[in-house]
Amino acid sequence: MIQLNSFLIISAIVFSLGLFTVIYKKNAVGILMGVELILNSVNLNFIAFSKYVDVHINGQLVAIFIIVLAAAEAAIALAIILNIYRDRANIDVTQLDEMKH
Amino acid sequence: MEANQILFIAIALLTVLSAAVVAFSNKIIHSAFALLATFTGFAMLYVYLSADYLAVTQIIIYVGGILILIIFGVLMTHKIYSTTKKTAHNSILVSLLGGVLAAGLILFIISLNPWAANIAKDFSPTTAVIGKEILTNYLLPFEIISVLLLGALIGAIFIARQEDKEK
Repeated sequence: MIQLNSFLIISAIVFSLGLFTVIYKKNAVGILMGVELILNSVNLNFIAFSKYVDVHINGQLVAIFIIVLAAAEAAIALAIILNIYRDRANIDVTQLDEMKH
Repeated sequence: MEANQILFIAIALLTVLSAAVVAFSNKIIHSAFALLATFTGFAMLYVYLSADYLAVTQIIIYVGGILILIIFGVLMTHKIYSTTKKTAHNSILVSLLGGVLAAGLILFIISLNPWAANIAKDFSPTTAVIGKEILTNYLLPFEIISVLLLGALIGAIFIARQEDKEK
């Protein structure tokens, strides 16, 4: 029987893989991929609770807003990454430290 | 075991394994194409949760929009590790520690909580309900997110455009 818990476990694994990706990659585009994994797993949680716990479909509505936010975030992040690449010919996040001091 | 459950396990494995390829792959372009399988797997899981509108939205926006943007970004910035003296990754031990700690914490919380009693909802088309809810109960978030999307659009164009006067 497919239960709420199976969706929660899938979502937890993908969330952890996303967090791992954010820490592990040095490429800024790779970090963006990790953020997308995290947002997707959160969406899966919302929709699973919307089916199994909520009487209405509030979880699905919140998931729609998260998808819109993810799209806006990806567009802005890639614009910034392309600008940095044009400026420095490098998108290694460990090398971009001139705003640190 | 029914065919339904076998299909569900196959979709779950596809999603998790392709997410693992995204995380552990050494080439960023392999990660980008594994992300395609992950997003599609999530859309299929939404079908299992009887969220028909969101499954289609997932494919249109994530696979058709965000993934294309990401592959675009990968292909336009691919020459950064041609010198091969820099490693492409941070320490795997620290990263694994972070990931395993997060997974353990979430799985502990899942095992701890008796979630609310499961509601057996029959499948019904959700598109009309979502449209009605967005224009009544969720009108303020809808308007705010429209303005945010417009701002993101203008901001992305402004950030990414060429500065001609400096050349």
